[in-house]
Amino acid sequence: MSAALETADNRQNLRRVVIDPVSRVEGHGKVTLLIDEDDQVREARLHIVEFRGFEVFIQGRPYWEVPVMVQRLCGICPVSHHLAAAKALDHIVGAPQVTASAEKMRRLMHYGQILQSHALHFFHLSSPDLLFGFESDVGRRNIVGVAGEYPEVARQGVLLRKFGQEVIRATAGKRIHGTGAVPGGMNRHLSADDRAMLAADADKMVSWSQDAVALVKRLHRAVPELYDNFGTFDSRMMSLVRADGAMDLYGGALRFRDAEGAIILDGVADQDYDQVIHEEVRSWSYMKFPFMHESGPDAGWYKVGPLARVQNCDFIPSPLAEVERQEFVAHGAGRPVHATLAYHWARMIEMLHAAEVIRSMLDDPDLMSGELMASGPRAREGVGIIEAPRGTLIHHYRVGDDDLVSMCNLIVSTTHNNQAMNTAIRTVASRYLSGRKLTEGLLNHIEVAIRAFDPCLSCATHALGKMPMVLELQAPDGSIFERFRRD
Amino acid sequence: MTRRFMFDGQPVAFEDGQTIMEAARAAGHFIPYLCWHPDFPPHGSCKLCIVKVGGRHVSSCALPAKEGMEVESNTPEINAERRALLQMLFVEGNHFCPSCEKSGNCQLQALAYELEMTSARFNHIFPDRPVDASHPDMLLEFNRCIFCELCVRASRDVDKKSVFSLTNRGIHKHLVVSAESGRLGDTDFSRDDLAANICPVGVILRKRVGFAVPIGQRIYDEKPISQVSMEAEK
Repeated sequence: MSAALETADNRQNLRRVVIDPVSRVEGHGKVTLLIDEDDQVREARLHIVEFRGFEVFIQGRPYWEVPVMVQRLCGICPVSHHLAAAKALDHIVGAPQVTASAEKMRRLMHYGQILQSHALHFFHLSSPDLLFGFESDVGRRNIVGVAGEYPEVARQGVLLRKFGQEVIRATAGKRIHGTGAVPGGMNRHLSADDRAMLAADADKMVSWSQDAVALVKRLHRAVPELYDNFGTFDSRMMSLVRADGAMDLYGGALRFRDAEGAIILDGVADQDYDQVIHEEVRSWSYMKFPFMHESGPDAGWYKVGPLARVQNCDFIPSPLAEVERQEFVAHGAGRPVHATLAYHWARMIEMLHAAEVIRSMLDDPDLMSGELMASGPRAREGVGIIEAPRGTLIHHYRVGDDDLVSMCNLIVSTTHNNQAMNTAIRTVASRYLSGRKLTEGLLNHIEVAIRAFDPCLSCATHALGKMPMVLELQAPDGSIFERFRRD
Repeated sequence: MTRRFMFDGQPVAFEDGQTIMEAARAAGHFIPYLCWHPDFPPHGSCKLCIVKVGGRHVSSCALPAKEGMEVESNTPEINAERRALLQMLFVEGNHFCPSCEKSGNCQLQALAYELEMTSARFNHIFPDRPVDASHPDMLLEFNRCIFCELCVRASRDVDKKSVFSLTNRGIHKHLVVSAESGRLGDTDFSRDDLAANICPVGVILRKRVGFAVPIGQRIYDEKPISQVSMEAEK
């Protein structure tokens, strides 16, 4: 049913409702709804209106510049792009396996990134919907409102994110857009001061992450019919898993499960991703639609990110998060959980895992000493895959003998979730919006569904055209002097 | 008897033949520069070392010091002119510090910080200058050239290879490689040449080095260029 809402018949006769921009997500996107005279939703689309240029303008640049340049795709998860690029270019410099010190520094950086991004998404962006309700007062439905009503929740959210950012600074050199990873390894160790500073807070971060998981579970249990059914749809799932089936957000091989949870493809090496995943272009979006090649675009699409990862792995290799994973899987009662809002639950389990990993890694002496660089026979092509906060991130480069990049292909996490997000909003539109007079609260249901995926629509930082905005000059009594609108 | 001139209100001693730049530096005063180099004769092209003497704006690297001169250097007026020159250099090329491997070791960037340049001010020209990666050890990133000609002079006068030269004039001026193909790989340029190690910005780069030294631990990350430059004097 929901797939039918992609393109309506007789589009010219329908009323158009636009949510633009979608708020409390990273980057810029919009939703268009076409509604008939009986208020039935006939078409629903999530459009990504940003234009990606990185794959083209990285061509002709020296390969060693790439990990630093491509991370400018994003200000939220630059570490993921930084590391995916470095991993791909490790192959170019003949070091597909970097040294122990380098890999551990990168892992620490990456799990810091997971922690800060998940905290940002849950506490700052999504908790207002979940704590106050989708149709609550829009003036209060934000992080400031949360800070007023639930000050301790907001405080922990802010400080969890800060801790993750400090992990990034200690490993990459800067909180945003650092330069720690280089092709073949890393350019720094962890300093003793930074190690001590992080270790002092690590227990607290694990504890607060446990509280966050508990909070999500309480929300689920309070209104199970909403949390289990809102925007729920079956789909395949994809993520990296470690060779022994463990969750691994830094490396491993690709695994695909079907909607029933059966493994349909496993152990796909990162270098072979393009044998399995293809991308489809649709005229109405700048974001491509990836799918499993052998199944075609209609059946072969899948979802990525926390909901996929927590269920795709066989276990989580940290004790507290593993207990939570088991409870999560049990919630599905023998079938994978496909509830869109369960993304939040899975995300908080991953945040707990990240906090545990960081805490356990800080005692490792390899972080503070040891060889940082490796090299070997030069190669012309390399793929780097990493589980970014939002899902699987693929970087693929070819480099000429002159050291310049000749080809670049990036499939970012949010792109993998393109079909899934569109399906989610169509499911929500049919269930909640059709046949009703639209209000801000009802339209927010669409945004709640999108937000659950934590999409990063800004993975191209150059919007095509100008950001739509409305500017109002208000008098102290609230009356409007002047209104400026740019579409 | 020692002869002196006044530099920003302070007496500075000089010897015959010394320029204002040389005498001021010997007395511990920093004057910004890009094309000047202690091992080469004055070039006078970047104009960053401009000072005011008797109401005239002159290049301190080229003008011999004279008894009784009153030189103004570190003044709001002169620094504003230097800032404008920097801003023009930034918009004439393609200087993207955030992804530039020279960041932190770049004299153009360091001077922009030193002189508190906070905006580009002028419209960017965005010239189209492809890189030359034909040499096995060295990369030429023409986007960042500021036409100081240090590589031209070093290659011609010290390395005796004349690998580089400037061509055209005015806004069309650009650095070229003296080979029939125009490619660095077709010259006898070597990574050990002085010209390979003298570029104050990120044009002439050793390949495969990139970000081996972390941003934040580089020359001008640690100390401002005014301090680094004067320590070299001691």
